[in-house]
Amino acid sequence: MWRDALLVAGKDLRIELRARVTITQVAPLGVLILVVFAFAFNANAVLLAQGAAGLYWVAVMFGAVLIIQRAFDVEGDDGNQDALRLSGFQPGSIFLGKAMALAVQLLVLQTVLWVGLVVFFDVGVVDWPLLGCAGLAGTSTIAVCGTLYGALAAGVSVRDTLLPLLLLPVLAPALLAGTRAFEAATGVTTDAGWNWTGLLFVMTAVYTVAGLAAFGPLVEDG
Amino acid sequence: MIGFEGAVALMGRFPALAGVDLMVSAGERVLLQGPNGAGKTSLLRAVAGLLPVVAGTAEVLGQDLRADRRGVRRHIGMLGHDNHLYADLWVRDHMRFRAAAVGADAQEVARAMELVELPSRLWRVPTRRLSAGQRRRVALAALLVRRPRLWLLDEPHAGLDARGRDVLDNLLLEASSAGATVVFASHEVERAQAVADRVVDLGGGRVVGDRRVA
Repeated sequence: MWRDALLVAGKDLRIELRARVTITQVAPLGVLILVVFAFAFNANAVLLAQGAAGLYWVAVMFGAVLIIQRAFDVEGDDGNQDALRLSGFQPGSIFLGKAMALAVQLLVLQTVLWVGLVVFFDVGVVDWPLLGCAGLAGTSTIAVCGTLYGALAAGVSVRDTLLPLLLLPVLAPALLAGTRAFEAATGVTTDAGWNWTGLLFVMTAVYTVAGLAAFGPLVEDG
Repeated sequence: MIGFEGAVALMGRFPALAGVDLMVSAGERVLLQGPNGAGKTSLLRAVAGLLPVVAGTAEVLGQDLRADRRGVRRHIGMLGHDNHLYADLWVRDHMRFRAAAVGADAQEVARAMELVELPSRLWRVPTRRLSAGQRRRVALAALLVRRPRLWLLDEPHAGLDARGRDVLDNLLLEASSAGATVVFASHEVERAQAVADRVVDLGGGRVVGDRRVA
């Protein structure tokens, strides 16, 4: 299973490497979102510092929607969905592979956005381990949940607009948990950041189990 | 190899196959003929396990498709109207992925590319930049590395030039002589009948004719 998952992940990352959509289009869009919010808050340093964590995760989620959409669009083109079904891969392998590739792309996006946050919002860090773990936990939650809902929307003709409508409400708890954990890591609040990070890992586990169970019917009947 | 009796498959609410009876033995080269909407593509997809059979009997490679549609897919090579190519991947990337999926090595990839007469200068070209014929050849090469026991081809000659069509015909004959079964649909009657040893006529989602050809 893991061998096939790595093959699928490698293929998706290779596609991204060749097309460079995340780095040349999605990441700049995420940075633009941060800049627009900075203008909207009239460059109020106190306000920006307090809202930085939330804006960061909002930008990550909007970027994630675009990356997820792209990950499933390439399977819809030229009958690749059929080829993937004929490949003999277990649906669980495809789910894990696509989630892994998505996670790597989200980490790249988050790194760029974090630099943007430091530059435009002058954010400092008081707890690096918490920041790193919360970032990883949020990434994995968005990746597995996004892969599941991406497959759900893939078979529908209005998937471009359906995916954000389905995904963003489901990811709202992750947005909240990621924001609280980052606020603790950046010293904006003294909230229990590790608890929020733990919640993100629990969400990852739940969506992974749901994805492994549901991906087969979604791919076969979608 | 293929045993369909009264097989029914639905496309939405409409029967794409309305009770197909078809027996195909190993090594046969079967041409499916019929007007548009006769059920040729649906039958190929049903045999590949991509379209569920909801009534009747459907066995492929000894496996009951109604019980398990996934099990036979590893042994099937299918080339439909689409080429199953990732537009942004280089030809080399694409072939390596398809080969790795079935455990084929680099030599088998090189051999397949040679058989479909794709020059190595195209290896580092994204598949979206290839001509229609070149894309079809890459798709054929990807099918070859699967070493399929059952070839399912839907209008396989489409997009290929005269030389490409000859190459394809030779590949089908070689595969058949090696024991593989070939089932294909084509509107190019003369060329297809020269390759096939049996012609099955479809109409309204049923088999309406079945004859041997020389």
